[in-house]
Amino acid sequence: MADEPRTNDMPSVRGEANNLKLVSRATYFKEATLKNLFLLCAFMAVAGVALIFVFVGYRGWPIFSEVGAGNFLFGMEWLPTKGLFGILPLFVGSIVVTLGALLLGTPVAVGAAVFLSEIAPPKIRSVVRPAVELLAGVPSVVYGFFGLLILRPIVADLTGGLGFGPLTAWIILAIMIIPTIATLTEDALQSIPDGVREASYAMGATTWQTISRVLLPAAKIGIVDAIILGMGRAIGETMAVLMVVGNAPGFFRGMGEPLSTLTSQIVMDMPYASGMHRTALFGMAIILFLVSMGLVLTVRLLSRLREETS
Amino acid sequence: MSHTLAEHQPGFVPTADACVKIAVRGLDFFYGDFQALTDITCDIRDNSVTAFIGPSGCGKSTFLRCFNRMNDLIIGTKVEGLITLDGQDIYAPGVDPVDLRRRIGMIFQQPNPFPMSIYDNVAYGPRLHGMKKKADLDEVVETSLKRANLWKEVKDILGRGGLTLSGGQQQRLCIARVLAVQPDVLLMDEPCSAIDPTSVQKIEDLMAELKSTVTIIIVTHNMQQAARVSDETAFFLQEVMGEPAMLVEFGRTADIFTSPKDKRTEDYITGRFG
Repeated sequence: MADEPRTNDMPSVRGEANNLKLVSRATYFKEATLKNLFLLCAFMAVAGVALIFVFVGYRGWPIFSEVGAGNFLFGMEWLPTKGLFGILPLFVGSIVVTLGALLLGTPVAVGAAVFLSEIAPPKIRSVVRPAVELLAGVPSVVYGFFGLLILRPIVADLTGGLGFGPLTAWIILAIMIIPTIATLTEDALQSIPDGVREASYAMGATTWQTISRVLLPAAKIGIVDAIILGMGRAIGETMAVLMVVGNAPGFFRGMGEPLSTLTSQIVMDMPYASGMHRTALFGMAIILFLVSMGLVLTVRLLSRLREETS
Repeated sequence: MSHTLAEHQPGFVPTADACVKIAVRGLDFFYGDFQALTDITCDIRDNSVTAFIGPSGCGKSTFLRCFNRMNDLIIGTKVEGLITLDGQDIYAPGVDPVDLRRRIGMIFQQPNPFPMSIYDNVAYGPRLHGMKKKADLDEVVETSLKRANLWKEVKDILGRGGLTLSGGQQQRLCIARVLAVQPDVLLMDEPCSAIDPTSVQKIEDLMAELKSTVTIIIVTHNMQQAARVSDETAFFLQEVMGEPAMLVEFGRTADIFTSPKDKRTEDYITGRFG
């Protein structure tokens, strides 16, 4: 190295720089402060979730240790006044309401997404798309109100009784999850390269054949993603369900018979519950927390799968 | 619905030369108000390779897409004039573009296999046409992949995703997919510009093999490629920006490249512009 001829004036001492400007202290501090500020924001989001989980877990734990996980999770009767804290009927209620809403809402939502992404001319899309997104912005109490005043009487005529029950909840929830499933499905369809569509049309496929044989299969994982997130929305929905489902904490008996779900029961009982009853409500919150965590993890896993296959 | 050339052009007698596969007469093409092509007339010979050359934006691809009516998919496009396939007007009212595309296959610049297995990619066309029996499909898949010179490389991985193949293999997969429906005509829109040189060689060899059974039209930016693979060459040019492009010269490839009749063709071929 020492033998190399020097052709220009290189500084001989490390740390010397004549022409290069040094980073100013002000810039350095500004950068560092901003970096830490963003870190703090991210931390607060995580801390919020963690705190809620710890708090709910702490308050709800005695229901498992004192009443017993078996009696709580698989108990057939929810009669807090008699010391019976079985949430199985409520859990089943949540599942029934959610699955019904998915069965009703998914075909409509996927159909709407296909229409928006593949069929609608730009003008119609520019009207329908915001309308679908607007559905997501309507407060759930408004959906509940609509269900209570408009849908419930219709359902009552159909099924007999008062119209409080799963059928009304299914319809309301189905409408509520349409934007979630539709926008995510549309995203999945839009992420398919146009070359794939061209190839299919050039092979002599019709629009319908292209959609059903190429595009929907290609968007499969994205659609399952969308459905799972819609499921999360449905299972966690409280107010709208509470207003129409009837809130009778028994097992599912029929489409027009009152029912209760985990979320609606928590709201119903919260104002007056005390002691072990209150602990049981926190226990239900733990279950809801775990279910939605499971759903989010499933979606994560699926998107990793999607990255690997593409 | 048999509209023949004679009906449209009283003076034109359908050529006794049975070699003409596609005939174009006075074709104008419009994107909305913008006219992209003007007054194009030429004959594409059966079982030959015809190359379309010309600078970027001269309407070669647009013209190519007129043959399988892919331009129909773009809102606001309009075709005037006549294109016939085996003497049949392909733009005649009542002609189903979907059916036309089954006879005229197309290969695109960017290899575009479907996100499904190699097997399903090739079986796509036959299945569209109602082929269901596994044995039949197996046979078509094998024959098509063999014709596309891809069989040896993929015969043990037919269940693997088409997108896992290399770019050149993907392009040959697309060719196999088109061949599976046994088209008369193969349109290739710069099929080699997105793949590596070794694969280009393979695809050019393939074109030489295929032309005994299929009429091939290839759009290419690569003049050496046009000279290597084609029997006839058409030179397109948009002389003024914003004006429609036209067909400057059309003839045997050897003639176009050695003794072009038009000064503009000569300028382009000798690299003076474009």
